[in-house]
Amino acid sequence: MAAPTPVDLSAALVLTAPLPGDWLLILPPVTMILFGAVLMMLRNRIQWHGGIGVAGLALLVLETGLLLARVAAGGPLTMTMGRWLPPFGIAFTADVLGALMAFVASVAALAAGIFALVDIDSGARRYGFFPFLMLLMAGVTGAFLTGDIFNLYVWFEVLLISSFGLLVLGSEREQIDGGLKYAILNLVGTTLFLITVGYLYGVFGTLNMADIALKVRTIENAPLMTLSALFLMAFAMKAAAFPVNFWLPASYHTPRITVSAIFGGLLTKVGVYALLRVVVMLFPLQREELSTVIAVVAILTMVIAALGMLAQDDLRRMAGFAVILGIGNVLAGIATGTTAGISGAVLYALHSMLTMTALYLIIGRAALLSGGEWRLSGLGGLYAAAPGFAFLSLILFLAVSGLPPASGLWPKVSLVKAALDVGAWWLAGAILVSGFLSTIALARVFLLAYWRPAPERVPGKSTLGRRDQWRVNLPVAVLVLVSLGFGLLPEQPMSLTQSAASSLLEPSAYIRSVFPQKVTP
Amino acid sequence: MEALFCGLVGLFFSVAIYLMLSRHSVRMLLGVAILGNAVNLLLFTSGRLTREVPPIISAGMDALPSGAANPLPQALILTAIVISFSFFSFLLVLTYRAYQALGTDNTDDMRLAEPKDEPMPPLGY
Amino acid sequence: MNTLIFRTVAPFLTALMMMFSIFVLLRGHNEPGGGFIGGLIAVSALAIYGIAYGVTAVRRAIWFHPLSIAGFGLALSAISGLLSMLAGVPFMTGLWIYPELFGVQVPLATVMSFDIGVYFVVLGSITSIALTLEERDDD
Repeated sequence: MAAPTPVDLSAALVLTAPLPGDWLLILPPVTMILFGAVLMMLRNRIQWHGGIGVAGLALLVLETGLLLARVAAGGPLTMTMGRWLPPFGIAFTADVLGALMAFVASVAALAAGIFALVDIDSGARRYGFFPFLMLLMAGVTGAFLTGDIFNLYVWFEVLLISSFGLLVLGSEREQIDGGLKYAILNLVGTTLFLITVGYLYGVFGTLNMADIALKVRTIENAPLMTLSALFLMAFAMKAAAFPVNFWLPASYHTPRITVSAIFGGLLTKVGVYALLRVVVMLFPLQREELSTVIAVVAILTMVIAALGMLAQDDLRRMAGFAVILGIGNVLAGIATGTTAGISGAVLYALHSMLTMTALYLIIGRAALLSGGEWRLSGLGGLYAAAPGFAFLSLILFLAVSGLPPASGLWPKVSLVKAALDVGAWWLAGAILVSGFLSTIALARVFLLAYWRPAPERVPGKSTLGRRDQWRVNLPVAVLVLVSLGFGLLPEQPMSLTQSAASSLLEPSAYIRSVFPQKVTP
Repeated sequence: MEALFCGLVGLFFSVAIYLMLSRHSVRMLLGVAILGNAVNLLLFTSGRLTREVPPIISAGMDALPSGAANPLPQALILTAIVISFSFFSFLLVLTYRAYQALGTDNTDDMRLAEPKDEPMPPLGY
Repeated sequence: MNTLIFRTVAPFLTALMMMFSIFVLLRGHNEPGGGFIGGLIAVSALAIYGIAYGVTAVRRAIWFHPLSIAGFGLALSAISGLLSMLAGVPFMTGLWIYPELFGVQVPLATVMSFDIGVYFVVLGSITSIALTLEERDDD
């Protein structure tokens, strides 16, 4: 076949070359896919997996950090695949919200990856822990950075299938039990998402989020309420909000603790992000109408989660309920719908990514110190065994309960203030009461596991070598210190979440980045 | 034609939901498989049904022939089929392993990860 | 299933289906076909071989571990997308070259290498699942 005759495609293609910095948009998921692929090929060299995996995650932190700096300085970025003009080409669009979430997620993943060097033994590495982790991060960052709603579904599935792999790592009986419930319920959740995407396409005839945001202002006689209610249901299922949260406490305590840390930190937050991006940005009027429903769901989620935290003996299951508590708080912010409320929700989601990863890692560290004990009734004497670690844990427990000095305080303050500003004193009350209950639960953990003298067996000096000591202590310390930094210097993160929230509520900059030629009101 | 397809989609959904409400994991799995097909059909219908002119630009032309099928739902369905196929095969292995490891396919008896009589946390020292 | 007839025919059938899968893969360049469907045909070929001669024979025959093949395909696809970075066009833009091979002009594109990557991903991952399921029947 000869070279085809040139057809004038200038009307269909993006003809300007992308700036070198625009590549930061696409690099995070592609890097992760490449590292995952290389690790899959090196399946007989598992001694290399740890080093390559951690290097990949460090590179990811660098890329997302640069992306965040660029987006925060210069506004949203867009790149369309294969040069096709949006809305026909699949667009990747990053605004402050997406870049911020991607950056914090990769920091949490890097910490978990370093912890995994000790926690994940060579048997589990042979099952493919690091390749699965890389593909999971490709899914997470892809979901945060994509600008196309069907592409969002695809990234959801990428992260879901790698999370299945991570969940049944080692195939113990408990893991298979938890994994089956997790897999079926999450699959139903994403299928619900796909159904809604089908309806959305039937109504709008487009899948590009900026294009939908444009058309939703002018469209008439469209079943938008159905769409937004279905999206709310699907993403609430992914985020583990109250009536559809039962898969989380059933499964999150079964895998390795590092895997739990990554899941607890990142996966539910992807659901939260989708809720913010789709329900808040694309359907503002419908969110307004649904706000009472969202508020009730938020309250029930918080109350159930706080009571669940109080009732658990297994620390990993208690942490599962702590994850759900964070989701309730974020939903409360979404229910208020004001800039302050959305900004508080974003801030809480970021805080929750860091602290939930750290909480699981701390539980894992405590189990390493006490010979694999997860139950509160069997733990004790951790303060005597490792005072520095106990100090870090105390700061983290304060952060999770929303007390100063760490990062938990500011998102809670902004959420309560936003709820009071719209006159929802009951919502503010629920936030405070659930925070109080979680304080009791975590204070009990500190009292029993740290201050109580060790029960029958003395938790001897941990058997870890010097290097392994570093590898488990460093990620915990870094996450807690970052959280403390957020708490002590809140101006920078809060101004970023402010601009993220205002760009969600007024997405004209987002739309202009995808369609520069269309002047938006 | 669209109305007929809508009825078919509804039928598929009801069968899928009926099967997923079952207590046995194998039936739930079949329900999930049918649910995936229902969604594919829904995507197909939501792209409007047209006569069967393939959406391929033949040599020497610049645009699609008129009346060509909408190619986007087909691309979406292809993606969704690939994904649901891989999920189904994974779930098949997982369900089989669960049956082997737990000795039951009744989800009411799968209480290994959440035992029924778990002790409460200690109330004091 | 292990009849003499089947065991005699299986290698030829496998070879034929393998060749057909490559034909479908290359045909997908400009006509219906492509990496995904080609990969599935190749998996069916290996499955037939596995039914006739057992899983160990298949694992020996494909030399590499199926997941390594999938990893190679994934890397190939990702690199085909990234090549457009060097050309200064957005991600996944098709790049074409027209080298002369034995006096015939052969159009080559990153579109094709992407598709070949998809072929290997499907081949590797589905073979891995199929072999796991077949292995279980053996014990």
